[in-house]
Amino acid sequence: MTVIGTDSPASGRPAIETFGLTRRFGALAAVDGASLSVRSAEIFGLIGPNGAGKSTLIKMLTTMLPPSAGRAIIAGFDLRTQAGQVRRHIGYVPQLLSADGELTGYENLLLSARLYLVPRTAREGRIRAALALMGLTEVRDRLVRQYSGGMIRRLEIAQSTLHAPSVIFLDEPTEGLDPVGRHAVWRHIRDLRERLGAAVVVTTHYMDEADALCDRIALIDRGRILVTDTPAALKGQIGDHATLDDVFAQMTGHAAEGGSYRDVRRTRRAAREHA
Amino acid sequence: MGGYLTQLLAVADAELRKLRHDPWELASRAIQPVLWLLLFGNVMARVRGLAPQAIPYLDFLAPGILAQSALFVAIFYGISAIWERDLGVLHRYLVSPAPRSALVSGKALSSGARALSQAVIVYFCAAAMGVRLSLRPADVAAAILLITLGSALFSTFSLIIACMVRTRERFMGIGQVLTMPIFFASNAIYPVALMPGWLQILALLNPLTYEVDGLRAVMLARGSSVFGLTRDFTVLAVAGLAMIAVATRMYPRMTE
Ligand SMILES: Nc1ncnc2c1ncn2[C@@H]1O[C@H](COP(=O)(O)OP(=O)(O)OP(=O)(O)O)[C@@H](O)[C@H]1O
Ligand SMILES: [Mg+2]
Repeated sequence: MTVIGTDSPASGRPAIETFGLTRRFGALAAVDGASLSVRSAEIFGLIGPNGAGKSTLIKMLTTMLPPSAGRAIIAGFDLRTQAGQVRRHIGYVPQLLSADGELTGYENLLLSARLYLVPRTAREGRIRAALALMGLTEVRDRLVRQYSGGMIRRLEIAQSTLHAPSVIFLDEPTEGLDPVGRHAVWRHIRDLRERLGAAVVVTTHYMDEADALCDRIALIDRGRILVTDTPAALKGQIGDHATLDDVFAQMTGHAAEGGSYRDVRRTRRAAREHA
Repeated sequence: MGGYLTQLLAVADAELRKLRHDPWELASRAIQPVLWLLLFGNVMARVRGLAPQAIPYLDFLAPGILAQSALFVAIFYGISAIWERDLGVLHRYLVSPAPRSALVSGKALSSGARALSQAVIVYFCAAAMGVRLSLRPADVAAAILLITLGSALFSTFSLIIACMVRTRERFMGIGQVLTMPIFFASNAIYPVALMPGWLQILALLNPLTYEVDGLRAVMLARGSSVFGLTRDFTVLAVAGLAMIAVATRMYPRMTE
Protein backbone atom coordinates (compact mmCIF):
# COMPACT_ATOMS: atom_id res chain seq x y z
CA MET A 1 0.00 0.00 0.00
CA THR A 2 1.34 3.42 -0.86
CA VAL A 3 1.09 6.09 1.76
CA ILE A 4 2.85 8.99 0.21
CA GLY A 5 0.00 11.13 -1.05
CA THR A 6 0.43 14.00 -3.46
CA ASP A 7 0.67 16.48 -0.61
CA SER A 8 3.10 14.41 1.45
CA PRO A 9 6.62 15.58 1.99
CA ALA A 10 9.40 14.16 -0.09
CA SER A 11 10.83 11.07 1.58
CA GLY A 12 14.08 11.65 3.35
CA ARG A 13 12.68 14.54 5.35
CA PRO A 14 12.11 13.63 9.00
CA ALA A 15 8.57 12.49 9.91
CA ILE A 16 8.67 14.76 12.95
CA GLU A 17 10.88 17.67 13.78
CA THR A 18 10.38 19.85 16.84
CA PHE A 19 12.23 23.00 17.82
CA GLY A 20 12.08 24.07 21.45
CA LEU A 21 8.53 22.85 21.90
CA THR A 22 7.23 24.04 25.26
CA ARG A 23 3.97 23.79 27.18
CA ARG A 24 3.37 25.55 30.45
CA PHE A 25 0.51 24.99 32.88
CA GLY A 26 0.70 28.07 35.08
CA ALA A 27 4.18 28.05 36.55
CA LEU A 28 4.86 24.44 35.60
CA ALA A 29 6.67 23.75 32.33
CA ALA A 30 5.21 20.31 31.60
CA VAL A 31 7.30 20.16 28.42
CA ASP A 32 10.30 22.44 28.40
CA GLY A 33 12.06 23.19 25.12
CA ALA A 34 11.77 19.77 23.50
CA SER A 35 13.76 19.46 20.28
CA LEU A 36 13.76 16.12 18.53
CA SER A 37 13.68 14.54 15.13
CA VAL A 38 11.98 11.27 14.17
CA ARG A 39 12.67 9.54 10.85
CA SER A 40 10.01 7.83 8.79
CA ALA A 41 9.64 4.10 9.42
CA GLU A 42 11.28 4.58 12.80
CA ILE A 43 9.87 3.32 16.09
CA PHE A 44 10.65 6.08 18.53
CA GLY A 45 10.18 5.60 22.28
CA LEU A 46 9.43 8.29 24.84
CA ILE A 47 10.26 7.13 28.34
CA GLY A 48 10.35 8.90 31.66
CA PRO A 49 8.74 8.90 35.10
CA ASN A 50 5.10 9.75 35.79
CA GLY A 51 4.48 13.40 35.11
CA ALA A 52 7.61 13.74 32.98
CA GLY A 53 5.60 15.33 30.17
CA LYS A 54 5.30 12.43 27.70
CA SER A 55 1.56 12.73 27.19
CA THR A 56 1.73 16.51 27.08
CA LEU A 57 4.32 16.31 24.31
CA ILE A 58 2.19 13.86 22.34
CA LYS A 59 -0.93 16.00 22.82
CA MET A 60 0.91 18.95 21.34
CA LEU A 61 2.17 16.91 18.39
CA THR A 62 -1.36 15.64 17.69
CA THR A 63 -2.83 19.20 17.76
CA MET A 64 -4.82 18.43 20.91
CA LEU A 65 -2.97 21.03 22.95
CA PRO A 66 -1.50 24.29 21.66
CA PRO A 67 2.20 24.78 22.53
CA SER A 68 3.18 27.76 24.68
CA ALA A 69 6.34 28.17 22.60
CA GLY A 70 8.37 26.43 19.93
CA ARG A 71 7.66 24.89 16.55
CA ALA A 72 7.05 21.49 15.05
CA ILE A 73 6.82 20.04 11.56
CA ILE A 74 4.87 16.81 11.31
CA ALA A 75 4.64 14.80 8.09
CA GLY A 76 5.89 17.95 6.39
CA PHE A 77 3.22 20.26 7.81
CA ASP A 78 3.55 23.05 10.32
CA LEU A 79 1.82 22.19 13.57
CA ARG A 80 0.69 25.73 14.20
CA THR A 81 -0.49 26.87 10.78
CA GLN A 82 -1.52 23.57 9.13
CA ALA A 83 -3.24 21.70 11.93
CA GLY A 84 -5.85 20.24 9.56
CA GLN A 85 -3.18 18.76 7.29
CA VAL A 86 -1.29 17.42 10.27
CA ARG A 87 -4.45 15.65 11.48
CA ARG A 88 -4.98 14.10 8.06
CA HIS A 89 -1.56 12.46 8.17
CA ILE A 90 -1.34 11.22 11.74
CA GLY A 91 -2.92 8.51 13.83
CA TYR A 92 -3.30 8.84 17.60
CA VAL A 93 -4.11 6.27 20.26
CA PRO A 94 -4.46 8.30 23.45
CA GLN A 95 -3.50 7.13 26.93
CA LEU A 96 -7.18 7.13 27.88
CA LEU A 97 -9.79 4.88 26.35
CA SER A 98 -10.85 6.36 23.04
CA ALA A 99 -13.04 3.67 21.47
CA ASP A 100 -16.70 4.26 22.21
CA GLY A 101 -18.02 1.57 24.53
CA GLU A 102 -21.61 2.23 23.51
CA LEU A 103 -20.88 1.30 19.90
CA THR A 104 -19.83 -2.03 18.40
CA GLY A 105 -16.32 -2.60 17.08
CA TYR A 106 -17.61 -2.33 13.54
CA GLU A 107 -19.43 0.92 14.28
CA ASN A 108 -16.33 2.42 15.84
CA LEU A 109 -14.37 1.64 12.70
CA LEU A 110 -17.15 2.94 10.48
CA LEU A 111 -17.15 6.22 12.39
CA SER A 112 -13.40 6.59 11.95
CA ALA A 113 -13.54 5.67 8.26
CA ARG A 114 -16.14 8.36 7.67
CA LEU A 115 -14.39 11.02 9.75
CA TYR A 116 -11.21 10.41 7.75
CA LEU A 117 -13.15 10.36 4.49
CA VAL A 118 -11.97 6.92 3.46
CA PRO A 119 -13.64 6.64 0.02
CA ARG A 120 -17.04 4.98 0.22
CA THR A 121 -16.03 2.19 -2.15
CA ALA A 122 -12.99 1.29 -0.06
CA ARG A 123 -14.67 1.61 3.32
CA GLU A 124 -16.15 -1.83 3.93
CA GLY A 125 -13.10 -3.57 2.53
CA ARG A 126 -10.69 -1.67 4.73
CA ILE A 127 -12.84 -2.18 7.81
CA ARG A 128 -13.06 -5.90 7.12
CA ALA A 129 -9.31 -6.12 6.60
CA ALA A 130 -8.62 -4.17 9.80
CA LEU A 131 -10.95 -6.41 11.82
CA ALA A 132 -9.26 -9.51 10.43
CA LEU A 133 -5.78 -8.13 11.04
CA MET A 134 -6.60 -7.29 14.64
CA GLY A 135 -8.37 -10.59 15.25
CA LEU A 136 -11.68 -8.88 15.97
CA THR A 137 -13.83 -10.32 13.19
CA GLU A 138 -15.72 -12.59 15.57
CA VAL A 139 -16.65 -9.78 17.94
CA ARG A 140 -17.26 -7.05 15.38
CA ASP A 141 -20.93 -6.70 16.30
CA ARG A 142 -20.45 -6.79 20.05
CA LEU A 143 -20.55 -3.56 22.08
CA VAL A 144 -17.01 -2.44 22.84
CA ARG A 145 -17.79 -2.11 26.54
CA GLN A 146 -17.83 -5.92 26.59
CA TYR A 147 -14.34 -6.13 25.03
CA SER A 148 -11.23 -7.04 27.01
CA GLY A 149 -8.51 -4.42 27.47
CA GLY A 150 -6.37 -6.03 24.79
CA MET A 151 -9.22 -6.13 22.30
CA ILE A 152 -9.99 -2.46 22.91
CA ARG A 153 -6.37 -1.51 22.34
CA ARG A 154 -6.26 -3.44 19.08
CA LEU A 155 -9.49 -1.81 17.96
CA GLU A 156 -8.10 1.62 18.78
CA ILE A 157 -4.98 0.91 16.77
CA ALA A 158 -7.16 -0.16 13.86
CA GLN A 159 -9.30 2.98 14.21
CA SER A 160 -6.27 5.23 14.18
CA THR A 161 -4.67 3.66 11.13
CA LEU A 162 -7.58 3.07 8.70
CA HIS A 163 -6.50 6.16 6.79
CA ALA A 164 -2.90 4.92 6.42
CA PRO A 165 -1.24 7.73 8.38
CA SER A 166 2.46 8.42 7.94
CA VAL A 167 3.02 9.21 11.63
CA ILE A 168 1.39 7.27 14.46
CA PHE A 169 1.35 8.21 18.14
CA LEU A 170 0.60 5.58 20.77
CA ASP A 171 0.47 6.75 24.38
CA GLU A 172 1.13 3.76 26.68
CA PRO A 173 -0.50 1.26 24.35
CA THR A 174 0.43 -1.73 26.54
CA GLU A 175 -0.54 -0.28 29.91
CA GLY A 176 -2.77 -2.65 31.82
CA LEU A 177 -2.39 -5.52 29.34
CA ASP A 178 -1.31 -9.07 30.13
CA PRO A 179 1.87 -10.43 28.47
CA VAL A 180 -0.05 -11.94 25.58
CA GLY A 181 -1.86 -8.66 24.95
CA ARG A 182 1.40 -6.74 25.17
CA HIS A 183 3.09 -8.95 22.63
CA ALA A 184 0.14 -8.62 20.27
CA VAL A 185 0.45 -4.83 20.47
CA TRP A 186 4.19 -4.99 19.77
CA ARG A 187 3.54 -7.16 16.76
CA HIS A 188 1.03 -4.64 15.43
CA ILE A 189 3.35 -1.71 15.99
CA ARG A 190 6.11 -3.43 14.02
CA ASP A 191 3.59 -4.33 11.36
CA LEU A 192 2.46 -0.70 11.02
CA ARG A 193 6.00 0.31 10.37
CA GLU A 194 6.43 -2.42 7.74
CA ARG A 195 3.07 -2.01 6.06
CA LEU A 196 2.66 1.76 6.10
CA GLY A 197 6.27 2.81 6.34
CA ALA A 198 4.99 4.94 9.17
CA ALA A 199 6.98 6.59 11.92
CA VAL A 200 5.69 5.32 15.27
CA VAL A 201 6.05 7.33 18.48
CA VAL A 202 5.30 5.22 21.51
CA THR A 203 5.45 5.82 25.27
CA THR A 204 5.84 3.05 27.81
CA HIS A 205 6.83 2.43 31.40
CA TYR A 206 8.22 -1.02 30.56
CA MET A 207 11.95 -0.72 29.91
CA ASP A 208 12.24 -4.24 28.47
CA GLU A 209 9.57 -3.29 25.98
CA ALA A 210 11.27 -0.05 24.99
CA ASP A 211 14.51 -1.96 24.57
CA ALA A 212 13.02 -4.64 22.35
CA LEU A 213 10.73 -2.44 20.30
CA CYS A 214 12.30 0.96 19.77
CA ASP A 215 14.92 1.99 17.25
CA ARG A 216 15.65 5.09 19.30
CA ILE A 217 14.58 6.39 22.67
CA ALA A 218 14.22 9.84 24.18
CA LEU A 219 14.45 9.94 27.95
CA ILE A 220 12.31 12.71 29.44
CA ASP A 221 12.30 13.99 32.99
CA ARG A 222 10.48 17.04 34.34
CA GLY A 223 9.65 18.26 30.88
CA ARG A 224 13.20 18.10 29.55
CA ILE A 225 14.63 15.64 27.06
CA LEU A 226 17.73 14.35 28.81
CA VAL A 227 19.09 12.20 26.02
CA THR A 228 18.08 10.66 22.68
CA ASP A 229 19.82 7.55 21.35
CA THR A 230 19.49 3.90 20.42
CA PRO A 231 18.85 1.50 23.32
CA ALA A 232 22.27 -0.09 22.73
CA ALA A 233 24.10 3.23 22.89
CA LEU A 234 22.18 4.30 26.01
CA LYS A 235 23.07 1.08 27.82
CA GLY A 236 26.67 1.34 26.61
CA GLN A 237 27.05 4.69 28.34
CA ILE A 238 26.24 3.16 31.71
CA GLY A 239 28.25 -0.03 31.67
CA ASP A 240 28.88 -3.41 30.12
CA HIS A 241 25.89 -5.32 31.44
CA ALA A 242 23.59 -2.39 31.96
CA THR A 243 19.86 -2.64 31.23
CA LEU A 244 17.57 0.19 30.24
CA ASP A 245 16.27 0.09 33.80
CA ASP A 246 19.77 1.09 34.93
CA VAL A 247 19.86 3.89 32.38
CA PHE A 248 16.48 5.13 33.55
CA ALA A 249 17.46 4.99 37.21
CA GLN A 250 20.77 6.73 36.75
CA MET A 251 19.59 9.48 34.46
CA THR A 252 16.38 10.43 36.21
CA GLY A 253 17.79 10.04 39.71
CA HIS A 254 15.07 7.60 40.63
CA ALA A 255 17.68 5.00 41.54
CA ALA A 256 16.79 4.50 45.18
CA GLU A 257 13.17 3.95 44.35
CA GLY A 258 13.85 0.96 42.15
CA GLY A 259 10.64 0.09 40.39
CA SER A 260 8.47 2.39 42.46
CA TYR A 261 7.54 4.61 39.58
CA ARG A 262 5.85 1.54 38.24
CA ASP A 263 3.89 0.94 41.39
CA VAL A 264 2.32 4.36 41.29
CA ARG A 265 1.49 3.92 37.66
CA ARG A 266 -2.09 4.87 37.29
CA THR A 267 -4.40 2.44 35.61
CA ARG A 268 -6.11 3.76 32.55
CA ARG A 269 -9.33 4.17 34.43
CA ALA A 270 -7.81 6.05 37.32
CA ALA A 271 -6.06 8.29 34.82
CA ARG A 272 -9.44 9.63 33.72
CA GLU A 273 -9.77 11.64 36.88
CA HIS A 274 -6.77 13.58 35.76
CA ALA A 275 -7.68 14.12 32.15
CA MET B 1 -18.63 19.84 0.53
CA GLY B 2 -19.67 16.19 0.15
CA GLY B 3 -16.90 15.36 2.57
CA TYR B 4 -18.22 17.85 5.09
CA LEU B 5 -21.66 16.27 4.99
CA THR B 6 -20.19 12.77 5.32
CA GLN B 7 -18.35 13.82 8.46
CA LEU B 8 -21.34 15.65 9.91
CA LEU B 9 -23.62 12.68 9.32
CA ALA B 10 -21.00 10.25 10.66
CA VAL B 11 -21.19 12.00 14.03
CA ALA B 12 -24.99 12.10 14.04
CA ASP B 13 -25.22 8.48 12.90
CA ALA B 14 -22.93 7.29 15.69
CA GLU B 15 -25.18 8.99 18.26
CA LEU B 16 -28.30 7.44 16.80
CA ARG B 17 -26.71 4.00 16.77
CA LYS B 18 -26.03 4.37 20.49
CA LEU B 19 -29.70 5.16 20.96
CA ARG B 20 -30.66 2.04 19.07
CA HIS B 21 -28.46 -0.05 21.35
CA ASP B 22 -30.20 1.40 24.40
CA PRO B 23 -33.86 2.07 23.57
CA TRP B 24 -34.68 2.11 27.28
CA GLU B 25 -33.17 5.54 27.56
CA LEU B 26 -35.74 6.92 25.15
CA ALA B 27 -38.61 5.13 26.81
CA SER B 28 -37.68 6.47 30.24
CA ARG B 29 -37.36 9.99 28.88
CA ALA B 30 -40.90 9.81 27.52
CA ILE B 31 -42.41 9.40 30.95
CA GLN B 32 -41.97 13.00 31.99
CA PRO B 33 -43.91 14.71 29.17
CA VAL B 34 -46.69 12.17 29.51
CA LEU B 35 -46.99 12.97 33.21
CA TRP B 36 -47.06 16.71 32.51
CA LEU B 37 -49.92 16.31 30.09
CA LEU B 38 -51.81 13.86 32.25
CA LEU B 39 -51.43 15.50 35.66
CA PHE B 40 -50.59 19.16 35.17
CA GLY B 41 -52.63 19.45 31.97
CA ASN B 42 -55.81 17.94 33.36
CA VAL B 43 -55.76 20.08 36.48
CA MET B 44 -54.91 23.34 34.76
CA ALA B 45 -57.54 22.70 32.11
CA ARG B 46 -60.06 23.67 34.80
CA VAL B 47 -58.63 27.16 35.18
CA ARG B 48 -60.49 29.63 33.02
CA GLY B 49 -58.74 32.18 30.89
CA LEU B 50 -55.37 30.43 30.81
CA ALA B 51 -55.50 29.55 27.13
CA PRO B 52 -56.67 31.81 24.31
CA GLN B 53 -60.43 31.33 23.93
CA ALA B 54 -60.26 29.53 20.59
CA ILE B 55 -58.78 26.29 21.93
CA PRO B 56 -58.98 24.07 25.04
CA TYR B 57 -56.09 24.31 27.49
CA LEU B 58 -54.84 20.79 26.77
CA ASP B 59 -54.48 21.70 23.10
CA PHE B 60 -52.63 24.85 24.12
CA LEU B 61 -50.38 22.87 26.44
CA ALA B 62 -49.40 19.96 24.16
CA PRO B 63 -46.94 21.90 21.93
CA GLY B 64 -45.45 23.50 25.05
CA ILE B 65 -44.84 20.10 26.65
CA LEU B 66 -43.38 18.78 23.42
CA ALA B 67 -40.90 21.66 23.28
CA GLN B 68 -40.19 21.26 26.98
CA SER B 69 -39.36 17.57 26.72
CA ALA B 70 -37.02 18.32 23.82
CA LEU B 71 -35.41 21.09 25.88
CA PHE B 72 -34.83 18.80 28.85
CA VAL B 73 -33.14 16.23 26.66
CA ALA B 74 -31.04 18.83 24.87
CA ILE B 75 -29.91 20.77 27.91
CA PHE B 76 -28.14 17.78 29.39
CA TYR B 77 -26.30 17.22 26.17
CA GLY B 78 -23.28 19.05 27.46
CA ILE B 79 -22.79 16.53 30.18
CA SER B 80 -22.30 13.77 27.64
CA ALA B 81 -19.61 15.92 26.02
CA ILE B 82 -17.82 16.22 29.37
CA TRP B 83 -18.28 12.50 29.86
CA GLU B 84 -16.72 11.84 26.46
CA ARG B 85 -13.83 14.10 27.35
CA ASP B 86 -13.24 12.25 30.63
CA LEU B 87 -13.37 8.88 28.89
CA GLY B 88 -11.09 9.94 26.05
CA VAL B 89 -13.62 9.38 23.25
CA LEU B 90 -13.56 13.11 22.53
CA HIS B 91 -9.97 12.77 21.28
CA ARG B 92 -11.11 10.31 18.65
CA TYR B 93 -13.26 13.08 17.15
CA LEU B 94 -10.94 16.02 17.59
CA VAL B 95 -7.81 14.34 16.28
CA SER B 96 -9.63 13.55 13.04
CA PRO B 97 -9.40 16.01 10.14
CA ALA B 98 -13.16 16.66 10.27
CA PRO B 99 -13.87 20.42 10.44
CA ARG B 100 -14.80 21.34 13.99
CA SER B 101 -18.09 22.84 12.83
CA ALA B 102 -19.03 19.51 11.23
CA LEU B 103 -18.45 17.76 14.57
CA VAL B 104 -20.55 20.29 16.48
CA SER B 105 -23.33 20.31 13.87
CA GLY B 106 -23.39 16.51 13.79
CA LYS B 107 -23.94 16.39 17.52
CA ALA B 108 -26.64 19.05 17.24
CA LEU B 109 -28.42 17.13 14.52
CA SER B 110 -28.44 13.94 16.55
CA SER B 111 -30.04 15.82 19.42
CA GLY B 112 -32.83 16.82 17.03
CA ALA B 113 -33.35 13.22 16.00
CA ARG B 114 -33.49 12.21 19.63
CA ALA B 115 -36.17 14.81 20.30
CA LEU B 116 -38.22 13.57 17.36
CA SER B 117 -38.58 10.19 18.96
CA GLN B 118 -40.08 11.98 21.96
CA ALA B 119 -42.34 13.95 19.70
CA VAL B 120 -43.91 10.75 18.41
CA ILE B 121 -44.82 9.80 21.96
CA VAL B 122 -46.20 13.24 22.80
CA TYR B 123 -48.30 13.23 19.61
CA PHE B 124 -49.79 9.84 20.51
CA CYS B 125 -50.40 10.80 24.09
CA ALA B 126 -51.98 14.13 23.17
CA ALA B 127 -54.23 12.47 20.61
CA ALA B 128 -55.33 9.92 23.19
CA MET B 129 -56.29 12.78 25.53
CA GLY B 130 -58.48 14.36 22.90
CA VAL B 131 -56.15 17.06 21.61
CA ARG B 132 -57.02 17.78 17.98
CA LEU B 133 -53.77 17.47 16.03
CA SER B 134 -53.00 18.44 12.48
CA LEU B 135 -51.49 15.57 10.53
CA ARG B 136 -51.28 17.37 7.21
CA PRO B 137 -47.89 16.44 5.71
CA ALA B 138 -46.82 20.07 5.41
CA ASP B 139 -47.67 20.69 9.07
CA VAL B 140 -45.88 17.56 10.24
CA ALA B 141 -42.82 18.48 8.18
CA ALA B 142 -42.82 21.96 9.68
CA ALA B 143 -43.12 20.48 13.18
CA ILE B 144 -40.16 18.18 12.50
CA LEU B 145 -38.11 21.14 11.37
CA LEU B 146 -39.06 23.27 14.37
CA ILE B 147 -38.23 20.50 16.84
CA THR B 148 -34.93 19.77 15.11
CA LEU B 149 -33.92 23.43 15.09
CA GLY B 150 -34.93 23.93 18.72
CA SER B 151 -33.07 20.83 19.90
CA ALA B 152 -29.99 21.66 17.87
CA LEU B 153 -29.99 25.15 19.36
CA PHE B 154 -30.40 24.12 22.99
CA SER B 155 -28.05 21.13 22.79
CA THR B 156 -25.35 23.37 21.34
CA PHE B 157 -26.04 25.95 24.04
CA SER B 158 -25.52 23.14 26.51
CA LEU B 159 -22.27 22.19 24.80
CA ILE B 160 -21.05 25.77 25.19
CA ILE B 161 -21.85 25.68 28.90
CA ALA B 162 -19.97 22.38 29.16
CA CYS B 163 -16.93 23.95 27.52
CA MET B 164 -17.02 26.70 30.12
CA VAL B 165 -17.63 24.73 33.33
CA ARG B 166 -15.58 21.65 32.26
CA THR B 167 -16.61 19.30 35.10
CA ARG B 168 -19.64 17.07 35.47
CA GLU B 169 -20.40 18.23 38.98
CA ARG B 170 -20.50 21.91 38.10
CA PHE B 171 -22.53 21.16 35.01
CA MET B 172 -25.18 19.25 36.94
CA GLY B 173 -25.76 22.28 39.15
CA ILE B 174 -25.89 24.72 36.28
CA GLY B 175 -28.02 22.48 34.09
CA GLN B 176 -30.80 22.56 36.68
CA VAL B 177 -30.49 26.29 37.17
CA LEU B 178 -30.76 26.97 33.44
CA THR B 179 -33.66 24.72 32.55
CA MET B 180 -36.15 26.31 34.95
CA PRO B 181 -35.96 29.90 33.68
CA ILE B 182 -35.84 28.83 30.03
CA PHE B 183 -38.98 26.81 30.60
CA PHE B 184 -40.95 29.19 32.82
CA ALA B 185 -39.89 32.38 31.04
CA SER B 186 -41.53 31.09 27.88
CA ASN B 187 -45.00 30.61 26.50
CA ALA B 188 -44.86 26.83 27.03
CA ILE B 189 -47.56 26.54 29.69
CA TYR B 190 -49.19 30.01 29.69
CA PRO B 191 -49.44 32.80 27.13
CA VAL B 192 -46.87 35.60 27.20
CA ALA B 193 -49.73 38.09 27.58
CA LEU B 194 -50.42 36.79 31.10
CA MET B 195 -46.91 37.58 32.33
CA PRO B 196 -45.79 40.69 34.19
CA GLY B 197 -44.01 43.16 31.91
CA TRP B 198 -40.43 42.30 32.88
CA LEU B 199 -41.03 38.60 32.33
CA GLN B 200 -42.61 39.30 28.95
CA ILE B 201 -39.34 40.85 27.86
CA LEU B 202 -37.42 37.75 28.92
CA ALA B 203 -39.94 35.50 27.21
CA LEU B 204 -39.57 37.43 23.97
CA LEU B 205 -35.79 37.00 24.12
CA ASN B 206 -36.16 33.27 24.75
CA PRO B 207 -35.88 31.04 21.65
CA LEU B 208 -38.10 28.43 23.32
CA THR B 209 -40.99 30.88 23.00
CA TYR B 210 -40.63 30.87 19.22
CA GLU B 211 -40.33 27.10 19.05
CA VAL B 212 -43.56 26.70 21.03
CA ASP B 213 -45.28 29.45 19.07
CA GLY B 214 -44.45 27.75 15.78
CA LEU B 215 -45.46 24.34 17.08
CA ARG B 216 -48.87 25.70 18.13
CA ALA B 217 -49.51 26.68 14.54
CA VAL B 218 -48.39 23.44 12.92
CA MET B 219 -49.12 20.77 15.52
CA LEU B 220 -52.73 21.70 16.32
CA ALA B 221 -55.72 21.42 14.01
CA ARG B 222 -57.04 24.77 15.27
CA GLY B 223 -53.87 26.39 16.49
CA SER B 224 -52.30 29.61 15.34
CA SER B 225 -49.02 31.42 15.73
CA VAL B 226 -48.76 34.73 17.58
CA PHE B 227 -45.53 35.89 15.94
CA GLY B 228 -45.93 34.28 12.53
CA LEU B 229 -44.07 31.20 11.31
CA THR B 230 -41.50 33.20 9.37
CA ARG B 231 -40.35 34.95 12.50
CA ASP B 232 -40.38 31.72 14.52
CA PHE B 233 -38.20 29.90 12.02
CA THR B 234 -35.88 32.86 11.54
CA VAL B 235 -35.25 33.32 15.26
CA LEU B 236 -34.54 29.61 15.75
CA ALA B 237 -32.26 29.36 12.71
CA VAL B 238 -30.26 32.48 13.51
CA ALA B 239 -29.89 31.62 17.19
CA GLY B 240 -28.94 28.05 16.26
CA LEU B 241 -26.25 29.14 13.82
CA ALA B 242 -24.87 31.59 16.36
CA MET B 243 -24.63 28.80 18.94
CA ILE B 244 -22.86 26.52 16.46
CA ALA B 245 -20.42 29.29 15.57
CA VAL B 246 -19.54 29.85 19.22
CA ALA B 247 -19.33 26.13 20.03
CA THR B 248 -17.08 25.54 17.01
CA ARG B 249 -14.52 27.81 18.62
CA MET B 250 -14.87 26.42 22.13
CA TYR B 251 -15.30 22.68 21.58
CA PRO B 252 -11.74 21.93 20.37
CA ARG B 253 -10.35 23.46 23.54
CA MET B 254 -11.99 20.77 25.66
CA THR B 255 -8.96 18.51 25.21
CA GLU B 256 -6.64 21.02 26.86
N1 LIG C 1 -4.34 20.02 31.77
C1 LIG C 1 -3.36 20.15 32.68
N2 LIG C 1 -3.39 21.14 33.59
C2 LIG C 1 -2.40 21.27 34.50
N3 LIG C 1 -1.35 20.47 34.60
C3 LIG C 1 -1.24 19.45 33.73
C4 LIG C 1 -2.24 19.24 32.73
N4 LIG C 1 -1.89 18.14 32.01
C5 LIG C 1 -0.72 17.72 32.52
N5 LIG C 1 -0.34 18.49 33.56
C6 LIG C 1 0.89 18.33 34.34
O1 LIG C 1 1.97 18.28 33.45
C7 LIG C 1 2.93 17.33 33.88
C8 LIG C 1 3.20 16.34 32.79
O2 LIG C 1 2.06 15.49 32.64
P1 LIG C 1 1.98 14.35 31.56
O3 LIG C 1 0.61 13.78 31.63
O4 LIG C 1 2.45 14.87 30.26
O5 LIG C 1 3.03 13.30 32.11
P2 LIG C 1 3.38 11.84 31.58
O6 LIG C 1 4.82 11.81 31.34
O7 LIG C 1 2.48 11.47 30.47
O8 LIG C 1 3.04 10.96 32.87
P3 LIG C 1 2.42 9.47 32.98
O9 LIG C 1 3.57 8.54 32.82
O10 LIG C 1 1.89 9.44 34.37
O11 LIG C 1 1.39 9.33 31.95
C9 LIG C 1 2.39 16.71 35.16
O12 LIG C 1 2.97 17.37 36.25
C10 LIG C 1 0.92 17.00 35.08
O13 LIG C 1 0.37 17.11 36.37
MG1 LIG D 1 1.05 10.05 30.14
